[in-house]
Amino acid sequence: MEILVPILSAAIRSGTPILYATLGEILTEKAGVLNLGLEGLMLLGAFSGFTVTMVTGNPWVGLAAAFCVGMAVSALHAFLCVTMGANQVVSGLAITMFGTGMSALLGKAYVGETIRGLGILPVPLLAKIPLLGPVLFNHDPLVYLSYVLVGLACWFISSTRWGLTLRAVGENPRAVDAAGLSVVRLRYAYTMVGGGLAALGGAYLSVVYTQMWVEMMTAGRGWIAVALVIFGIWNPLRAALGSYLFGGVGALQLRIQAAGTTIPAPLLLMLPYILTIVVLVGISVRKGKGILLGAPAALGQPFHREERD
Amino acid sequence: MESERQRPLVQMLGITKSFASVRANRGIDFDVFAGEVHTLLGENGAGKSTLMNILNGLYQPDAGSIRVKGRECRFSSPREAIAAGIGMVHQHFMLVPVLTVWENLVMGLPGLKAVLPKRDVIRKIGELSDRYGLDVEPEAQVWQLSVGEQQRVEILKMLYRNAEVLVLDEPTSVLTPQEVRRLFDTIRQMTAEGHGVVFISHKLDEVMEISDRITILRSGEVVETLPGRMATREMLAEKMVGRKIVFAVDKAVLNPGDTVLEAEGICALNDRGLPAIRNLSLSIREGEILGIAGIAGNGQKELCEALTGLRPIHFGRVLLRGKDMTGRKPMDFLQAGVSYIPADRKGTGLVGAMNLRENFALKNFWRKPYARGPFLSWESIAGETGRIVERFGVSAPGLGIPVRNLSGGNQQRLMLGRELSGTPDLIVAMQPTWGLDVGATEFVRDQLLRQRERGAAVLLVSEDLEEVLALSDRLAVIHKGEIMGMVEDPRSASEEELGLMMAGIRREPAIEGEKAR
Ligand SMILES: Nc1ncnc2c1ncn2[C@@H]1O[C@H](COP(=O)(O)OP(=O)(O)OP(=O)(O)O)[C@@H](O)[C@H]1O
Ligand SMILES: [Mg+2]
Repeated sequence: MEILVPILSAAIRSGTPILYATLGEILTEKAGVLNLGLEGLMLLGAFSGFTVTMVTGNPWVGLAAAFCVGMAVSALHAFLCVTMGANQVVSGLAITMFGTGMSALLGKAYVGETIRGLGILPVPLLAKIPLLGPVLFNHDPLVYLSYVLVGLACWFISSTRWGLTLRAVGENPRAVDAAGLSVVRLRYAYTMVGGGLAALGGAYLSVVYTQMWVEMMTAGRGWIAVALVIFGIWNPLRAALGSYLFGGVGALQLRIQAAGTTIPAPLLLMLPYILTIVVLVGISVRKGKGILLGAPAALGQPFHREERD
Repeated sequence: MESERQRPLVQMLGITKSFASVRANRGIDFDVFAGEVHTLLGENGAGKSTLMNILNGLYQPDAGSIRVKGRECRFSSPREAIAAGIGMVHQHFMLVPVLTVWENLVMGLPGLKAVLPKRDVIRKIGELSDRYGLDVEPEAQVWQLSVGEQQRVEILKMLYRNAEVLVLDEPTSVLTPQEVRRLFDTIRQMTAEGHGVVFISHKLDEVMEISDRITILRSGEVVETLPGRMATREMLAEKMVGRKIVFAVDKAVLNPGDTVLEAEGICALNDRGLPAIRNLSLSIREGEILGIAGIAGNGQKELCEALTGLRPIHFGRVLLRGKDMTGRKPMDFLQAGVSYIPADRKGTGLVGAMNLRENFALKNFWRKPYARGPFLSWESIAGETGRIVERFGVSAPGLGIPVRNLSGGNQQRLMLGRELSGTPDLIVAMQPTWGLDVGATEFVRDQLLRQRERGAAVLLVSEDLEEVLALSDRLAVIHKGEIMGMVEDPRSASEEELGLMMAGIRREPAIEGEKAR
């Protein structure tokens, strides 16, 4: 049992950035907007979080800045998709390319710098629980914030009036419109919050996890988050489990490498991505009707009031 | 109090609305008083839904004004309309299928508590249900409900929001006769309590039964407003269409020819993987219309799909002119001369985002002269589409516009035109006159009879008992995917007997008769 603790604890830490992005995407997709710009948003978040922390010396300001950058860039996505009715896949891919290029360009000067980011802050009492304590409650504050956010998101979606409209607008925007709510405003709001969370996930990598900036440091985590939304059937709790699973595989392969094996390192590095593909295939195979699997019915479709469907 | 009674709840003045080149409403005046049912009557595309969508705040009028209890109002969204007491139940429901009934009811409700007050909501639903006879299970998810139940949810939604004026856009076209009776009871209860109701329907008997006043629209203009009790079927139809309508079906006596279609003990599953068709056998000959009557959702759709190759058959065989077609692809059925008119014209029938020409090409791309080698001949496609539009009276601003912009009735005409314009051997028609006005209904029935005279075999599936009785040469009643009995002479069948079979009580002798054939 004891030997599992470091691995599980590492799983949580390396799963957290993916979890933020997945949570954000769940909110966005529940509102009916597909945002494939997660990878780009995470990179922009990682970069802006890092630089602002370096300049201000305060990691919290850096994280807040990353959140705001994510909101601003995904507002662009919302403008293209919701207001202009552009193709959401194309717009999302454009955001990813934009984020990748922009963060690399601006970030050139910062490669190799280090910052003092957020440190570990064990939760008093809880961290003392055998096994569970070190695994769950011996982390940085952003990990604890993600626990809270997962619970909050579950409750928000299932039990509040705003959650109800969120579920409805991704399923049948016409019904929401007929009920007198603004489909446009709702979709903007959730796209922006979702983008902010994705950027925060990116900032976790640079401000907390590695405390440095490396070009392309997200290494496809944004795409894994897109897949995890489907794996988690748009449920924050399942998304959290998925994120930790992927984080765990990543942490495990690091350990295997460190222990020294004959398996070539690139193969081990591929593990999380291979797992993504396997999971997606598995889900698609047992897929029956979309209605039961929880995909929002209006996902990816623009809405125009006076146009019939 | 007296002046309250004389002032209309809602008054629309000089409403005008155009979509691109279509003038859907031209200077329409319309009002509703408390305690009355005011019916809008008109052909497909006359502008009824458009007018009501304007009243509901969904569309903005180009000109004209709306007054609610004498006060001038502008509705820029449905929320403002409902706040002013105007609620609408749309031709296509505005419900969220994965949410429960009670969630749908309170979704978007102004002043709702932050944490959903489930118990209070369910109690209030109970009260409204009792008062207006609208019972539904509040905790059921909407996709589990029948269409009639979904409609009750829509009405409850409006009553829950204290709507004083309720607009019902073709509410009866999706209901069984029993459900229509219940709906009318609800409407009467609502008017007795001082609500005003706007009712839209193409079924003239219903209109005459329920209406206090009737306003007839033609091409976006008001023809006349008259008291309901003065109306007769003939007069309404004539005013609506602008010519006389013959209601009696004029059916030639024919001797059926060779057997075209034979189904032997077929079984098929529905979309949820449950048995929908059980050991069902039937046969249709040339020049014969076989009617299938039954309450909605008893396997009609699955039967049609199984007979057109769209749904796998698990047991049994389907023969077309003696050739075994079991397990063949839909294209094989198409090439064997099978036409299919599905009930969901928006799903299986047409592609909304495609234009008229493309929708025609969808079912004809494989044959000459529309296909030239690997290419399509858009010329001949456009030519034939134009002929269909003319012959079937599809009113559309052009062949290049997306079909979702056509009114429901015009979409139906286009689809019928595509399916009936060739020389099909077998026509499988499900609810072919659904949502059509009287003129168009007459036309479609006439077309089906002509195909029969030409020698086509027709399977006519309809929930409209009157329709199957009038058109069929033989009639089968379906219940839970099984045939309850075969009536050899539909005109002599008693409604009571049919009603029993529709409820699942088997008529044994007819089964014997069918086997002996
Ligand atoms: N959103 C739209 N865009 C373009 N044209 C439209 C739109 N809505 C309605 N129209 C056109 O306006 C006309 C009136 O349509 P409307 O839906 O009001 O007819 P209707 O009387 O309700 O017919 P039906 O009985 O078939 O439902 C039709 O010619 C239709 O094609
Ligand atoms: Mg209409």
